[in-house]
Amino acid sequence: MTCQELVELVTAHLDGTLDADTEDRFAEHLRMCKGCERYLDQFKQVIRTCGELPPESLPGGLRDSLLDAFRDWSEESGV
Amino acid sequence: MQPLPSDEELVARLRDRDESAFVLLVDAWSAGILRLARSFVSTNESAAEVVQDTWLAVIQGIGAFEGRSSLKTWIYRIGVNAAKRRGVREGRTIPWSSLMPADGGATVDPSRFRGPKDPYPGDWWEYPAPWPQPSPEQQALAGEINAEVAAAMAELPDRQRIVITLRDLEGHSSEEVCAILEISAANQRVLLHRARAFVRGRLDEYFASAGDSRGAGSGTVPQ
Repeated sequence: MTCQELVELVTAHLDGTLDADTEDRFAEHLRMCKGCERYLDQFKQVIRTCGELPPESLPGGLRDSLLDAFRDWSEESGV
Repeated sequence: MQPLPSDEELVARLRDRDESAFVLLVDAWSAGILRLARSFVSTNESAAEVVQDTWLAVIQGIGAFEGRSSLKTWIYRIGVNAAKRRGVREGRTIPWSSLMPADGGATVDPSRFRGPKDPYPGDWWEYPAPWPQPSPEQQALAGEINAEVAAAMAELPDRQRIVITLRDLEGHSSEEVCAILEISAANQRVLLHRARAFVRGRLDEYFASAGDSRGAGSGTVPQ
């Protein structure tokens, strides 16, 4: 496996969807190639960073109108 | 943020008209649905309408929820459908059923690798440069990285942005994303991989150009 091939397989590798033979060759290449090891680490860092992006704030009034809608629904169905 | 109660509990409480359960979900997932909606519609106002449409449909449909998927997947699927409907009304349709030519091809510039006549064809010419890592002394760096990632995501084509948002920002699994978007696992993976590779590439460019203006000791650089 070349570096150029490996970089195209990273997501499949992380999802565990590579067939056994390709996964073996992927792992073997990674053991011997510092460049690809670093590429994989950076790829993972991007994924982590995406997961840690601060959430957007809701526009003012939206949350209140959602609660109003819920209360309307509760009242009309009656508990 | 506290972990949410189980789906069983949430569904039971919602069916009981328990407002506190509704508030938990609104606060947990509205921001994510809003962010997703923006990839389908033209304006922030429309995206806010999508969030309203979504929760209304959730309230009205909770009686019929069968638990065949997680509550989160079910709600996000409602959100995506609401976003698609509004998008169509605004003249924005995103084709999902097949990949486009732009989805194919190398995700890393081929010129980064040695050519076929080289003794080491396909190997890196130069290894990717190490990135500065945020450290406690370098809080500003973490903020810069977040900003660059967000900027890169804004540049993505819609479908790639939607998939990476669902997978990596919102944490849905591959199966859940396929259920939400009604696309194949293979297509989903192609879109996700392209998106991630693009964001990584942008971040790499950012550090390469910022590196010239960074002095020594401005972040721990692994050797």
